[in-house]
Amino acid sequence: MPIPASILTLAAGILLALISLWAGQNINLMPVAAADDAGTVDALFKVLFSIGVGLLLGITAMLVVALVHFRRRDGDHLDGPAVEGNLPLEVFWTAVPAIVILILGVYSYDIYAQMGGMADFHHHTSMPPREVEQVSLGHPADPETVIWGGIDRTDGMAFPVEVTAMQFAFIFHYPRQNFTTGELHLPLGQPVELRLKSNDVIHAFWVPEFRLKQDVIPGQPTVLSFTANRQGDYDIVCAELCGPYHGGMRSKVVVEDPRSFEEWLVHNTPATVATAPDSSPIA
Amino acid sequence: MTTNALPVSPHHREPHPVDVQHHTPWHEYFGFSLDHKVIGIQYLVTGFFFYLVGGALAGMIRVELVTPLSDFMARETYNQVLTLHGTIMIFLWIVPVVNGAFGNYLVPFHVGARDMAFPRLNAVAFWMLPPAGFLLLSSYFIGGAAQSGWTAYPPLSITTPAVGQVIWIVSVLLLGGSSIFGAVNFIATILKLRRSGLGLFQLPMFCWAMLGTSVLVVLATPVLAGALILLSMDIVAGTGFFNPALGGNAVVYQHLFWFYSHPAVYIMVLPAFGLVSEILPIHARKPLFGYRSMIYSILGIVFLGLIVWAHHMFTSGTPPWMRLFFTIATAIIAVPTGIKFFNWLATLWQGKLALNSALLFCCGFIFNFVFGGITGVALAQVPFDVHVHDTYFVVAHFHYIVFGGTVFVIFAAIYHWFPKISGRLLNEHLGRLHCLLSFLGFNICFFPQHWLGLNGMPRRVAEYDPQFQLVNQISSVGALLLAISTLPFLINVAWSLWKGVPAGDNPWQACTPEWLTSSPPPVENWLHEAPLVTEPYDYGSPEDAMPVTTVQGRELWSAGR
Amino acid sequence: MFSSLPSLNVTTLIQQPTSPPRDPQQEGQPQVPAHAHHPDVRLFGLGIFLVADGMTFAGFFAAYLTYRAVNPLPVNAEYELELLLPAVNTLVLLASSLTFHRSSKALMANRMAVCRGWLLLTAALGVTFMAGQMWEYFHLPFGLTDNLFASTFYALTGFHGLHVTLGAMMILIVWWQAGSKGYFTTENHFGFAAAELYWHFVDGVWVVLFALLYLL
Repeated sequence: MPIPASILTLAAGILLALISLWAGQNINLMPVAAADDAGTVDALFKVLFSIGVGLLLGITAMLVVALVHFRRRDGDHLDGPAVEGNLPLEVFWTAVPAIVILILGVYSYDIYAQMGGMADFHHHTSMPPREVEQVSLGHPADPETVIWGGIDRTDGMAFPVEVTAMQFAFIFHYPRQNFTTGELHLPLGQPVELRLKSNDVIHAFWVPEFRLKQDVIPGQPTVLSFTANRQGDYDIVCAELCGPYHGGMRSKVVVEDPRSFEEWLVHNTPATVATAPDSSPIA
Repeated sequence: MTTNALPVSPHHREPHPVDVQHHTPWHEYFGFSLDHKVIGIQYLVTGFFFYLVGGALAGMIRVELVTPLSDFMARETYNQVLTLHGTIMIFLWIVPVVNGAFGNYLVPFHVGARDMAFPRLNAVAFWMLPPAGFLLLSSYFIGGAAQSGWTAYPPLSITTPAVGQVIWIVSVLLLGGSSIFGAVNFIATILKLRRSGLGLFQLPMFCWAMLGTSVLVVLATPVLAGALILLSMDIVAGTGFFNPALGGNAVVYQHLFWFYSHPAVYIMVLPAFGLVSEILPIHARKPLFGYRSMIYSILGIVFLGLIVWAHHMFTSGTPPWMRLFFTIATAIIAVPTGIKFFNWLATLWQGKLALNSALLFCCGFIFNFVFGGITGVALAQVPFDVHVHDTYFVVAHFHYIVFGGTVFVIFAAIYHWFPKISGRLLNEHLGRLHCLLSFLGFNICFFPQHWLGLNGMPRRVAEYDPQFQLVNQISSVGALLLAISTLPFLINVAWSLWKGVPAGDNPWQACTPEWLTSSPPPVENWLHEAPLVTEPYDYGSPEDAMPVTTVQGRELWSAGR
Repeated sequence: MFSSLPSLNVTTLIQQPTSPPRDPQQEGQPQVPAHAHHPDVRLFGLGIFLVADGMTFAGFFAAYLTYRAVNPLPVNAEYELELLLPAVNTLVLLASSLTFHRSSKALMANRMAVCRGWLLLTAALGVTFMAGQMWEYFHLPFGLTDNLFASTFYALTGFHGLHVTLGAMMILIVWWQAGSKGYFTTENHFGFAAAELYWHFVDGVWVVLFALLYLL
């Protein structure tokens, strides 16, 4: 007695679900995660990956079965059945993807809000006293100092670093210590806030291990805040075509424990700041 | 049979007088012909020429990326090559071929007309193409081509050498104008030139796809034209629309650009959807599943396609509400797209599939596009997009959509309609070899690029981190295979034009009107009145039908017939 | 050999309004005539093209409004635009739409002299508008590249002015054509209708432009 088709379908469905779940959990395509929210992004990616594997395998399997099982045999010159539609089926495959997609949308919105992506920079009342909100005499603030966008969740408590992008390098300025380097050092486990400015064309600041990227747009300063949580050296990559040497526009970010970070800061802080008698404290 | 006018049934065709002039004289293909079929072929051949050029440029990119160092060509040249590659493949190959070539060849047949609504405008639209293309190519030799990518984001496009960039703008404006003229023609033809008695909901799906596409072209392309005019003023006249150094706003360009260039994806993909909807039922011998829902999903894609552009700008410092809105809108567009794919699968299911090149290319398309659609839904999720935006993940994604998707369909369509165009069949063995090589080459080339993007390789780079070398080399091998896959196709076309098996008028036993005439069709498309095909997918036998060849009288009698 | 044209029946002949035979040298060749055998949908095509053209303006307007919202101008770049002349110009352009409409009425009544008179007046109003624009250009306190507002102002009004210029030329051509007897008839006057549709479109765009640029 042949096994009923419905049981075969059910079994295939369960198998497919198991394979997708397994793939989502066990196939890791991402580089190491080195920032607090990188793990959440990876979790989202795992969900997307599971759904994707399931969908792709399912559709491919149906395609292959159709090609093999329903191929035209030699000598068969007849048509297939004249099936033109099936309303319940069509409703099913409209509604299920729609629901899945809406759930995904809400889920990723939640993650993004948690990362600080929904921070409103133009009406931010609890904004840190950065140079942004200088007195505006009835005029809108100078666009060069307004923060136009980015990811911000730190409410001003973060350690600030000013990042300037130019063809073809990133320059890092530590405003509190008032020195500039070509290599970004960050304290482990402490929220930091990068304020990104470009001198010429659009660049993008990307650290794959942080899962963070922000365009650096001339005339439109942006901000990127996060907490690095894994020691090590990571590449900073420019991700927006910025000219001939775009591919070579890379830098390094060093995440180190707070003590060695302090040492590095002290070591690099120019002596002039310490001895300058009347320099008002920056930030 | 539900068709009710002149020669309709695919199974018997009207013998036509032999003495009719069938062959368009060869020189007409090089001139200002007004015949929509000639113009369609002009588009196809011109487009294919630029496909070879664009492919050669892609080859140069893949050669450069075999090693992590920038050692094959100068960095400036590399940026020129990638700019030309993108611009040529989009504006001179895919858009003109799926719209111009197949749209022009098929739409008048499908609506039962003798030609397009505006034959002269049609010819003008085509003849804007070669000058624009050669202008673009020539810019490489006069001071260097544009270097800012096909997106031409300012301020980079304002600071790179001006001559190449301005030529690029002029060329894209010409191509955009050509596209708009084409769209005006398609809308007028489909809405106003239908044979009397033919309703909108009786049209073949390709017409609906072309209608949707043309609406997108009319609404979106002019905005790109406007943006490029402003950009050229920034370059030439010293204004500062997009130049922050002069008080401008670089992101406004991105909005205007993507307001066209995201719908452009649907301008490239919707006609392909239409072609697949034509090809599958014929080779599966079944009606197109879910005709109405196919139409509604086209309309849904058109509408949603216009309101998702800013998902290309999730890292551009756009306001948060915008990111939220565009995430949801972008993801939702997967629903109508998904409907189409489920409908195609249901069309194949229980069919009598002829495993020929046309059908196999369509199946390759389904696999590739589903893959690209899945990565597309992933890219719509802002937190994930923030990581992979502007990386090789995106490169892989959109090649799965426009190459694995549309280009595969273009080849399927060539295998399917070549007999109609030329009167001869293409060789199936070479065709299936072409399909296999394309499928393998394509996937070997682009599948690994997802990993590259996830792990830190940005796009548009001539040099990269050495850890990515092996995977890049695999990708380059795939590109080589892809290049080789073109050879059986070229041989096949050349040989079949010369010695191919004569196809007859309707080799696939199809119902749509272009098959209800001779191959190649006469200048006026049909010798007599245009056939009225109200059921373009009238394939398949009723569920309780009996095979006529094996059935015996007694069985008919016992079945109560 | 010529038996291949049995479909030249009555219905197709009715729908062929074009007066002179198209290309005398192609007469008698069987494949050519049918290209013309369909209803005249040129006005419909022009309408679609104008939608596209309108989208170009829409893009410009969107850019302008975005600039207004997010790109504050330097303090010395905030101008109080002179309103009187543009307001008069708006009235001139609106009046020209009206005169074109009167001309169209006259054409439909087959009063060609009146029709041409109104056409000429329409063209004159268009030229007046352009003269006003020119005067304004030469008396504005800013130049093309002074700042973002200035550039946008010139780009928008310039692009529209280009349309008006083209339109005025079209009207003059139509006026000249209307002079030869029987060129436009009450049934067959595509050139006239096209110019009219285009002119109304250009006027409509100006109203939006005026509201956004001067009044907002």
